[in-house]
Amino acid sequence: MAISKIWRAALAVGLALGGLPAAQAQSWEETVAEARGQTLYWNAWGGDEGINDYVAWVGERLAEEYDIELVHVKLSDTAEAVRKVVAEKAAGRHADGSVDLIWINGENFKAMKDQDLLHGPITPSLPNYALIDVAANPAIELDFTIPTGGYESPYGQAKLVFIYDTQTVSEPPASMAALLDHAAANPGRVTYPAPPQFLGTTFLKQALYELVDDPEALLLEAGDNFDAVTAPLWAYLDRLHPVLWRDGKDFPSGDDALIRLLDEGAVDFALSFHPGKASSAIAQDLLPDTVRTFVLAEGTIGNTHYVAIPYNAAHKAAAMVAANFLLSPEAQARKQHPDVWGDMTVLSMDRLSEEGRAQFDALPRGIATLGPAELGPTLPEPHPSWMTRIEASWLERYGS
Amino acid sequence: MTGSLPESEGLVLRDASIALRGAPLFAPITLTVAPGRTATIMGPSGSGKSTLLSAICGTLDPVFALSGMVSLNGRALAGLPAQYRRTGILFQDDLLFPHLSVGDNLAFGLPQGLSRSDRRARIETALADAGLTGFAGRDPATLSGGQRARVACLRALLAEPEALLLDEPFSKLDADLRARFRQFVFEHAAGRGIPVLLVTHDPDDAASAGGEVIMLRDI
Amino acid sequence: MAADAAPPDGSRRAGFLRLVPGLTLAVFLGPVAAGLVGTLLPAFGFLPALGGEAVSLDPWRTLAEYPGVADATLRSFVTGLSATAISFTLVALFCAAAYGTRWFGRVRAVLAPLLAVPHAALAMGLAFLLAPSGWILRALSPWLTGFDRPPDLALAPDPYGWNLVLALVMKEVPFLFLMTLGALNQVPAERSMRVAQSLGYDRMSGWLKTVLPRLYPQIRLPVFAVVAFSVSVVDVAMILTVTPAPTLGVLILRWANDPDLTLQFQAAAGACLQGVVVLAALGTWIAAEKAAASLGRIWIRRGARRMPAGLNAAALGGLCGAALLGVLGLVGLTIWSFARRWRFPDALPSEWSLANWTRRADQLAEPLMTTVWLGLASAAIALVLVLLCLEAEQRTGRRPTNRALWLLYTPLIVPQVAFLFGAQILLVGGGLDGHWIGLVWAHLLFVLPYIFLSLSDPYRALDSRYARAAACLGAGPWRIFGRVKLPMLLRPILIAFAVGFAVSVGEYLPTVFAGAGRLTTLTTEAVALAGGGDRRTIGTLVVLQGVLPLALFALAAVTPVLMRRATFGREG
Repeated sequence: MAISKIWRAALAVGLALGGLPAAQAQSWEETVAEARGQTLYWNAWGGDEGINDYVAWVGERLAEEYDIELVHVKLSDTAEAVRKVVAEKAAGRHADGSVDLIWINGENFKAMKDQDLLHGPITPSLPNYALIDVAANPAIELDFTIPTGGYESPYGQAKLVFIYDTQTVSEPPASMAALLDHAAANPGRVTYPAPPQFLGTTFLKQALYELVDDPEALLLEAGDNFDAVTAPLWAYLDRLHPVLWRDGKDFPSGDDALIRLLDEGAVDFALSFHPGKASSAIAQDLLPDTVRTFVLAEGTIGNTHYVAIPYNAAHKAAAMVAANFLLSPEAQARKQHPDVWGDMTVLSMDRLSEEGRAQFDALPRGIATLGPAELGPTLPEPHPSWMTRIEASWLERYGS
Repeated sequence: MTGSLPESEGLVLRDASIALRGAPLFAPITLTVAPGRTATIMGPSGSGKSTLLSAICGTLDPVFALSGMVSLNGRALAGLPAQYRRTGILFQDDLLFPHLSVGDNLAFGLPQGLSRSDRRARIETALADAGLTGFAGRDPATLSGGQRARVACLRALLAEPEALLLDEPFSKLDADLRARFRQFVFEHAAGRGIPVLLVTHDPDDAASAGGEVIMLRDI
Repeated sequence: MAADAAPPDGSRRAGFLRLVPGLTLAVFLGPVAAGLVGTLLPAFGFLPALGGEAVSLDPWRTLAEYPGVADATLRSFVTGLSATAISFTLVALFCAAAYGTRWFGRVRAVLAPLLAVPHAALAMGLAFLLAPSGWILRALSPWLTGFDRPPDLALAPDPYGWNLVLALVMKEVPFLFLMTLGALNQVPAERSMRVAQSLGYDRMSGWLKTVLPRLYPQIRLPVFAVVAFSVSVVDVAMILTVTPAPTLGVLILRWANDPDLTLQFQAAAGACLQGVVVLAALGTWIAAEKAAASLGRIWIRRGARRMPAGLNAAALGGLCGAALLGVLGLVGLTIWSFARRWRFPDALPSEWSLANWTRRADQLAEPLMTTVWLGLASAAIALVLVLLCLEAEQRTGRRPTNRALWLLYTPLIVPQVAFLFGAQILLVGGGLDGHWIGLVWAHLLFVLPYIFLSLSDPYRALDSRYARAAACLGAGPWRIFGRVKLPMLLRPILIAFAVGFAVSVGEYLPTVFAGAGRLTTLTTEAVALAGGGDRRTIGTLVVLQGVLPLALFALAAVTPVLMRRATFGREG
């Protein structure tokens, strides 16, 4: 598949819409000074203990360096934070809002941006943003094909990976077609989370890219072509679902659930959006050390996740300082450590100082984590309109 | 308080009756119990005699209403909260507070504001009086029925009432104990020179009380 | 009749106390009513903040068109009513079979602690027992079943809702049983039984024919609360139904949390529909009551004196089976909390560890602390209000009317989501979302009725002559309240407090809505993990969920004994 062609098309679309208005009312020093003593409410998904530990570490560092007290508001779904801001706007609370910083991307970002619920643009003010070579990696300013406009600051990169146990599966499938064959030969041993769960939706996108005739269509808003473009996907799922775990009548809730099923031996593959997930699960005694990670030959879906600041945040200065700190080599390298989280950095190595680069070079790789080369090509996220309609259509076909 | 009192004083009921939601329970009664004397009200169960005692001591259930006049040593009692009426009462059951020791039960009856030593002395005296010396720390539940009855009587008297109301306090005791306790109560009441009003359906009680006997009549 | 215009005695001068019952109801029901309105308006398209400025039926239309809504609604209705019917039948048959036997006390001793354990904890225990990779199959595999990998069967959670029914039965049986015990004191059960048995009726038929008809009106309100709760429960349903076959309550919560904000209207309409479903379920139950009553009268007239053989064993078996499942599930999760590796099909962990407790201590500490102070605060506030209401009732001599009792039960009968949805908008407006005040208030709504339920009977049953004796000894009303009533009622007061605490520990939906994600409790954390989280962490959360209320009940039982000992020495 012509991945580079897809990316080029994506960029063309994005740049036509993008362009950063740079407004800098306050110097960075003033922001840092204002942030001192503030309490920062960071609303971030709290379903993973490794990630929670990382957030707690960020809190310690912010307290040490900037005298900011970080409170991790653990969400089971980022939408909860979006809802809160909406409710506050509804109640006329245009300042002093309860959410200072949100870990966000995709649909949630689009919803907030469309409703003018975000403060910004913020990235032009962040000193560490210079550590990203946007020209070399323009995808960083395209969140699910939506230009970020600087209203969210990159935080990490994720990529779809598959996990299997070498004790049960000798030859992992290299394509969606091979996965279907495996499922047919081993009924009940393959599954994926039900959309609109993030990972489930990603699995459908993965299938979509491999199955559609013209992947470039996915980069533009879905229109009348929806039925025609997605027909191969439904044909695939119609064959896959009868041989899924629970006959496709029940679905795991996410990668943790899949890892539990893999550990129990109920299924043969787990999915994750964190390339380091398998290694960290081994480290946490959640999986046997015989599991390994694999990706599909023609590339897997990847995206960037961000942090954004609501328009009514009570502690915007602290939120800015935190967003900047998250872009520091120290914070990014720790995040990428397989024992911590294993989330890929957004920084460009050639923009870092020797010292900064050394922090990344020193990172161990877990036994079940693939190296950058093995991770293979990254497929871009399709335009959100596709997923909204695919989710609805999926629900109609397989929902009950 | 217990010294010589004018003849006109004591517990006075004039045309007193009780109505339940407007319906009188018995024909109005008029009665004077002089200090140191005992009067007995008799009537079958349900005639309202216990209710009358509640009305006098100020704990009448709001569904009832008292009519007529009740006074104690010249004070009209109507409208006065129970704790200011100075009317002691003994019930069929001793009603010792189960969470308090014998001594603390007695202390509950004592007027507030006494010194600690004064309080202790009065309690010790009372206990000695009842033949219960050394019982102050005991759990009331470990006492015999007769002992409990005596403690209850002493508790009522330690509150220095100006009248003592007896709501069939002897009826649950067996015959032997009953006579002795009756004597104990009347002696102590007489010793303090306060009027005693007894309600009972036992003619024996009435006879041993001496004094006037009134039968409650239906209307 | 001569005028006695002034109050006949001081006991009626209750002062501010007179206002407490009305004030209590207002503080509670005002926001509930406002919350209902806040739900009703968006359900008809009105929520200007989200662009809904005209009244329309669109939310209802999109609700009706949403795939699976009808199934989910039916599932809520059927599972809720079945759970209530099964629980009630089990309790009635068991009481009939065991009243006056040794079994009665024994079963009480087993069921009472189960009542203290939150619904969600029991549901998660059940999920671990019955899952394809659950404890029962682990114990039987591979030597009996031949499975070395978990079978691909939807045992628990399941798509039909029978796990949901089972979990509700496990929890509602103890509740109804204890309610029945309380009500038994108010009907002349023993005398009726003696008469019936002297006329040749066996124990069961005698009880069902002479005691149950008089007992039922006493427990009718709690039964209604069970119907309403079971039909609208969310946490247990989240744990035990499969994702594509949820109940209505689960769907509503999903929409309410969806990033697509237009779903808020649909969620509001769903919350209203939930209210309708509860009403329909209550209506069905009342119709069933009528039918059962007339059938019962025919049955009584026919004079059959023997129940079918084996029925008593079935009732006892059903009750003990439900209790056993509950206990086993909790034991299983307790073992998980000390496991390091416990793979299928091992019957016990292959590696043990304390790391689940030590390494995760700080992660447990926060929800643990929130759970504890929230439970203590809401139970304490509710206890004070209930005591003042009961004292006001005694001093004014005015018992609450039946209607007032119904008002008190409102938060238990109106489905939570129906008013929490709207109440959340109020909380946000007042800046109280995610604030402890809002959270304590939300918990009070559910804690207060249970404390009232638990304390009102003992309070009223206290021999009023003690208070009268104290008054005649010169004690004022407050001294009587503090020195006589409270100490004499210490045990029921402490138990009521523990009940309130246990209710607070178990609350899920009010915590999710009012805590706004910023304040989490053991229960919200556990439910969040239930779908597929680390069972070792679930184990620690469930153990704490169970231990906290049980510890409080144990304290409630032990404190009065210790205090008696302190007062009277050993002999006491």
